[in-house]
Amino acid sequence: MDLTLKIWRQKDKNSAGQLVTYPLKNISPDMSFLEMLDVLNEELLVKGEDPVAFDHDCREGICGMCSLFINGRAHGPERGTTTCQLHMRHFNHGDTITIEPWRAAAFPVHKDLIVDRSAFDRIQQAGGYVSVNTGGVPDANEIAIPKTIADKAFDAATCIGCGACVAACKNASAMLFVSAKVSQLAMLPQGKVERKTRVENMVAQMDVEGFGACSNTGACAAECPVGISLDNIAMMNMEYLGAKASSENV
Amino acid sequence: MNWFTKTFSSTIGRKIIMSVTGLFLCSFLVVHLVGNLTLFYQDGGEAFNIYSHFMANNPVIRTMEIVLVLGFLFHIYDAIVLTRRNKAARPVGYAENHPQENSTWSSRNMGLLGTIILVFLLVHLWNFFVPARFGELEGVPNAEYTNLYAEVVKAFKNPIYVGLYVIAMIALAYHLIHGFQSAFQSLGLTHKKYTPFIKTFGVAFSVLISLGFALIPLYFFFFVNL
Repeated sequence: MDLTLKIWRQKDKNSAGQLVTYPLKNISPDMSFLEMLDVLNEELLVKGEDPVAFDHDCREGICGMCSLFINGRAHGPERGTTTCQLHMRHFNHGDTITIEPWRAAAFPVHKDLIVDRSAFDRIQQAGGYVSVNTGGVPDANEIAIPKTIADKAFDAATCIGCGACVAACKNASAMLFVSAKVSQLAMLPQGKVERKTRVENMVAQMDVEGFGACSNTGACAAECPVGISLDNIAMMNMEYLGAKASSENV
Repeated sequence: MNWFTKTFSSTIGRKIIMSVTGLFLCSFLVVHLVGNLTLFYQDGGEAFNIYSHFMANNPVIRTMEIVLVLGFLFHIYDAIVLTRRNKAARPVGYAENHPQENSTWSSRNMGLLGTIILVFLLVHLWNFFVPARFGELEGVPNAEYTNLYAEVVKAFKNPIYVGLYVIAMIALAYHLIHGFQSAFQSLGLTHKKYTPFIKTFGVAFSVLISLGFALIPLYFFFFVNL
């Protein structure tokens, strides 16, 4: 299939960027979206031009590295799919495809389609962990956890931190990401030790990074490639209010 | 800042204020509509005038009036603060964006809907609250109350007011359809047993309340001739 690509090109953090149009021919419908971009980059290299910079790693939909706002949707038009798992058969011969980076003040563009998502790392460092003692290995399943709780915690833990929630949200809010990380640990016995300070510190860091507030539009959950639920946001708000009301941190 | 102001100036804290004040304002709508139903009595406005006299003089109502004003002010102030923050969170927008694929129009336009309601509120206060509380309304013969009913009849003979009121009530319906269930979500009050009911109830509540209010100007415009 033949395509017309309109891709955001930006030299570096401080330069102004613009959409540049590239015609691309003979794309196989079996290619992934990233393989299609690889083909474009090979052509650009042969011509002596700067290839398009984009994030990618595992290309199996589990690492959370790929991004891209494709035709006005985070990770493209298919639901529950990362860009690396999006295949060209979902597009038609002759299509024009607009490809933009995630847009958020907290995710500055590094180059072309690559944004700096280290704001997520700093939120995790603020409290997205549990303390584990060194010493002998504990027996598996030593701590009893109800199946329903284990399932909910696991569902929250499937968040790959790609940032599609921020990209899709009209407020560039990180609430779905932060709430997945908070509620995953808050639900489990291992996470109880830091429970109150965790939610207080992670929400504080989220606000410092300049993400927007939650309008409950549900865009984040609709665009999330792994289907993180809005229930996590409700749970985090309850956690936050409870922690603020009862923690020792004045 | 101490822990209290820090909590309620965080993004989540402000959303909690939005939810609590929003639900409080919903409870006001119920009281206001129930009282206004006296306008439909076919008694030349006697029931309505007695009701409005009670509302203007009862000390409990006068106290709640202050709480109500505070509820509006907090709701509006936090909406402005949050909207400014949300705009700043995305300084560069997308060249192509299709939010209709992932969210409802009303959920994305609560600020616009709220602004329409605010404009209506100011006109509404000017129409009825200001003359009732501070103006010189004509009295009713052999009664200790004034004739606010006559003001209602007069205002709703004006098609511009009727149009504005009906448009504002449509905006209110959409504002509440998103806002009612959203308030419970922001407060963390979600549960698979209750959330489906809250969502259904919220839609019914929004439509019925807005429809009830919208019927008043339409009723006076088309059916009441004095």
